Amino acid sequence: MRINHPLLGLRDAAEFTYLGDASLLNRPDWQDTNALDNFHNYVYQRDNPAGLHHELWFHEHGDRSWLVVHRNTLTHEIVGVELAHDIAKSQRANR
Amino acid sequence: MRYSAAKIFWQGLTGNRGWTPAWRDPEPQREYDIVIVGGGGHGLATAYYLAKKYGLRKIAVLEKGWIGGGNVGRNTTIIRSNYLLPGNEPFYELSMKLWEGLEQELNFNTMVSQRGIVNLYHTDSQRDSYARRGNAMRLAGADAVLLGQSEIRQLCPFLDFDNARFPIKGGLLQKRAGTARHDGVAWGYARAADQLGVDIIQNCEVEGFQIENGVCRGVDTARGPIRARKIAVCVAGSSSRVMQLAGLRLPIESHVLQAFVTEGLKPLIPGVITFGAGHFYISQSDKGGLVFGGDLDGYNSYAQRGNLAVVEDVCESGMAVMPMIGRARMLRSWGGVMDMSMDGSPIIDKTPIEGLFFNGGWCYSGFKATPASGLCYAHLIASGESHPTAAAYRLDRYRRGALIDEVGTGAQPNLH
Ligand SMILES: Cc1cc2nc3c(=O)[nH]c(=O)nc-3n(C[C@H](O)[C@H](O)[C@H](O)COP(=O)(O)OP(=O)(O)OC[C@H]3O[C@@H](n4cnc5c(N)ncnc54)[C@H](O)[C@@H]3O)c2cc1C
Repeated sequence: MRINHPLLGLRDAAEFTYLGDASLLNRPDWQDTNALDNFHNYVYQRDNPAGLHHELWFHEHGDRSWLVVHRNTLTHEIVGVELAHDIAKSQRANR
Repeated sequence: MRYSAAKIFWQGLTGNRGWTPAWRDPEPQREYDIVIVGGGGHGLATAYYLAKKYGLRKIAVLEKGWIGGGNVGRNTTIIRSNYLLPGNEPFYELSMKLWEGLEQELNFNTMVSQRGIVNLYHTDSQRDSYARRGNAMRLAGADAVLLGQSEIRQLCPFLDFDNARFPIKGGLLQKRAGTARHDGVAWGYARAADQLGVDIIQNCEVEGFQIENGVCRGVDTARGPIRARKIAVCVAGSSSRVMQLAGLRLPIESHVLQAFVTEGLKPLIPGVITFGAGHFYISQSDKGGLVFGGDLDGYNSYAQRGNLAVVEDVCESGMAVMPMIGRARMLRSWGGVMDMSMDGSPIIDKTPIEGLFFNGGWCYSGFKATPASGLCYAHLIASGESHPTAAAYRLDRYRRGALIDEVGTGAQPNLH
């Protein structure tokens, strides 16, 4: 697999480490009344879709940026790559 | 038909014309007492023990593809009970004991071969942790011997003992561990369950659950709706996909694991050997091929095939521990989809939906678990209570913080 890094272009996936579902960007509020449920879902529960998956990859052997990769788990085809930083920023703006 | 040496002899003399199919190919009925979703090793074993041990009837196993086409026919066939934690070790030891009597129990040659497993250690601290593991195993009634370097030299003279980076200092041996014929296990359970009246229905994908007021009353399948009082899911790598049809999310990610086989060689590797400094395990099949594997590819996947970077990594690990392997040619490689749970341990439990049961999260430990998983799942379905040996495998343990994390890497499925 090769990942089209938004800043560096096509890079071998072996340069990256994988964290998991990009929902990990949305850490729940610890002061929420449902914090226990929300953290249980956040830490342990996963959609684990067969098809399009949004996921976090870390460019460990590269520029050490976090990426959100949009990838099909049935075919391994990558349909889009963004900087996790940009996504987190826009999510915060929309909150 | 009962199998026996006399029967093989007689059939040999009469042109092998008298064999009959090992199980029937029935049409699905409209209603069963118990429907099992997924005809892998676990589903078939569950059906067998439900009929045999708990005396239940009107059971169907619904399989999307064909018997033996899932992970049960894709694994590297290692059976062992060398776990550390109290939630796990008694369960895997129960499984080991069931393996030891399986061929007589099923009247089928599952080729259980107890040729032993050696986990190599390379440092002092690793020796300590293996000593601790060996003690935990023995406390649970399993066998374990801690071997030093000279004993390992006798057992496996071909290892790279003086490797500058990963010198081999010794190993933890479990003599009763070994290998079994993977799809033979599926066929053996299928045949034995069929003889007890279980309907094994292939090409019958479950496409939905009939849930009425929080109670599961049946399934919709590619071959029409089927009603049942109890529905038990065990679909391994497809766990999240299937349970999502019932509106449930799971603490599971699906990952691809690859395996490799070389050309056939003369007997060479005495049992199963695992490398302690990287992830690599190897055994030799009865046909002579070296069967080996290593790490997961590491990203969510339902593709049943992996990438070349992992092929390279596994082969490099192999070369680091037994350089002679570099002379063997690799014949085949393949991948299977693993239901990796958040703590690396399985789940056998009821679900919040009445009448719906779940068995999954087997990671790459599921083949050795097949007999015990079938027995404990059957116990749960029949009695409504967890089997005492599988009592820790509850679905709510993540919320309770009662994780069973053998490797201690936390909620990171690709590291288990
Ligand atoms: C490469 C590799 C190496 C491994 N090595 C080992 C090892 O050495 N030792 C060990 O203990 N374990 C090993 N494992 C793990 C082990 O193979 C699995 O954990 C175990 O086989 C899973 O249980 P099963 O046999 O029931 O799964 P499967 O055989 O996968 O059964 C699940 C079945 O469910 C069916 N299904 C899915 N969706 C549906 C649906 N909607 N409707 C109906 N049916 C459905 C599938 O078609 C499949 O047949 C390995 C796995 C792999 C891939």
